[in-house]
Amino acid sequence: MSLPVIALTGTFIGMVLAVQSYNQLKGFYLETRMGALINLSLVRELGPVLAATMLAGRIGSSMAAELGTMRVTEQIDALGSMGVNPIHYLVVPRFLACVLLIPVLTIFADFMGIVGGAYFSIGVFHIDWHFYVTNSNKIVGELDIFIGIFKSLFFGATIGLIGCHRGFNSRPGAQGVGRAATEAFVFSFVVILLLDLALGIVFESVSDLIFTPMPRQL
Amino acid sequence: MTTDARHLLEVNNLWVEFGRQTVLRNISFDVEPGETVAVIGESGCGKTVLLKNLIGLIHPTRGGIRFDGYDIRTLSEEKIVELRRRYGFVFQQAALFDSMTIEQNLLFPLVQHTTQSHDEMMSVVKRLLDEVGLSHNILSKKPAELSGGMRKRVGIARALTLSPEIVLYDEPTTGLDPIMTDVINRLMLQMAIEHSITSIIVTHDMSTVRHVADRVIMLYPHGRLGRDEPQILYDGPAHKIEESTDPRILDFIQGDGSARLKEDSEISEKESES
Repeated sequence: MSLPVIALTGTFIGMVLAVQSYNQLKGFYLETRMGALINLSLVRELGPVLAATMLAGRIGSSMAAELGTMRVTEQIDALGSMGVNPIHYLVVPRFLACVLLIPVLTIFADFMGIVGGAYFSIGVFHIDWHFYVTNSNKIVGELDIFIGIFKSLFFGATIGLIGCHRGFNSRPGAQGVGRAATEAFVFSFVVILLLDLALGIVFESVSDLIFTPMPRQL
Repeated sequence: MTTDARHLLEVNNLWVEFGRQTVLRNISFDVEPGETVAVIGESGCGKTVLLKNLIGLIHPTRGGIRFDGYDIRTLSEEKIVELRRRYGFVFQQAALFDSMTIEQNLLFPLVQHTTQSHDEMMSVVKRLLDEVGLSHNILSKKPAELSGGMRKRVGIARALTLSPEIVLYDEPTTGLDPIMTDVINRLMLQMAIEHSITSIIVTHDMSTVRHVADRVIMLYPHGRLGRDEPQILYDGPAHKIEESTDPRILDFIQGDGSARLKEDSEISEKESES
């Protein structure tokens, strides 16, 4: 059920990047470098962050609402009364699902973004596909893809933990459950942005220490 | 897991506070094996909080609860799980898992805690459905497809799947019509007799007290008590509560709200003056 949403998100991010960058790069006669710009932005930043944001709204809110409803209807207490640990039974599967599947969905979002960006660049703006692909391959490396996927692991954990926490601590009534769902998205979104900044700083610092940085020519 | 405890359940000087609000104040009572105890009182006096303390779903601020000699507060998680198999809990709205069918709801405790085959578990499920007077046709339905009374009966059946020694009922007849109330009362009595179960029933339904309970404990809201007044107004045989001369008890059992209306009106006037 999340695949269509992710596909749409990724495709449109790629297309918007193409639209926004074309005129800027054309002014410097660098439009053939669009592939590098679009694909690097996608796999390192926009793909993971925007995919996680969409999933925070879809999955995080849904988890919070479901668990919040279980809380206010005493289903969580019922689990406890039957000697079942509610954290093990309800939270752990959801957390693991988020950590394992959100990176997969991120990869799918990146792929659709690359397709969308290529479609607009080559199909609409008539960039030469050979230079589009070659320049992209020169700039975007395995490390960039790895960094994007690694970030998405943290984003997935964030969505799982915050969604479950808000649901478990939902206040009574329909208003309480609704509020839990909203808070799950808002808190996840803020933490995703903070994590993105922090991880970006960490990765750049580690890269500088380990690798001799090649100058990126756009 | 047994000891030589004299009482099945002992509640000693129980205090429960949520922030600055005291809900239960210095509650003490014991429950013997096989007893059916009704805990009555006005809304908000802490009956459900008391019940959840007895199974360890809520932890007291002070005081202790011992089940079969074991202090619930100090048990490890593993021991708590083992202890809870000896309990059944019937929640106010039945608390059936709404993503599961009735069959899955009833099988759940058996799947979690036994190694029985599916056929053996289904045999238990069908026997319990017969005991609570429900057709096997409901097994494939979801809880939302059942009436309130049917959900309550499924909740009772689920509470009995592991043959508990003690069953806690949280307002089992609230929201039900008089006929269904009588059905549930008869069911609770039947379960207590046929399964030799100790029952603690939180209720504000006097028909349950009269027809089912051996003993009654009446709680009074903490906020309306004097400083040294006990929160338990009555703890004794069910048939004798109506002989009490305490006006607060009589108001409750006779359903006379006029004194409470006057009190609430005086409080409202003071608040508007201030």
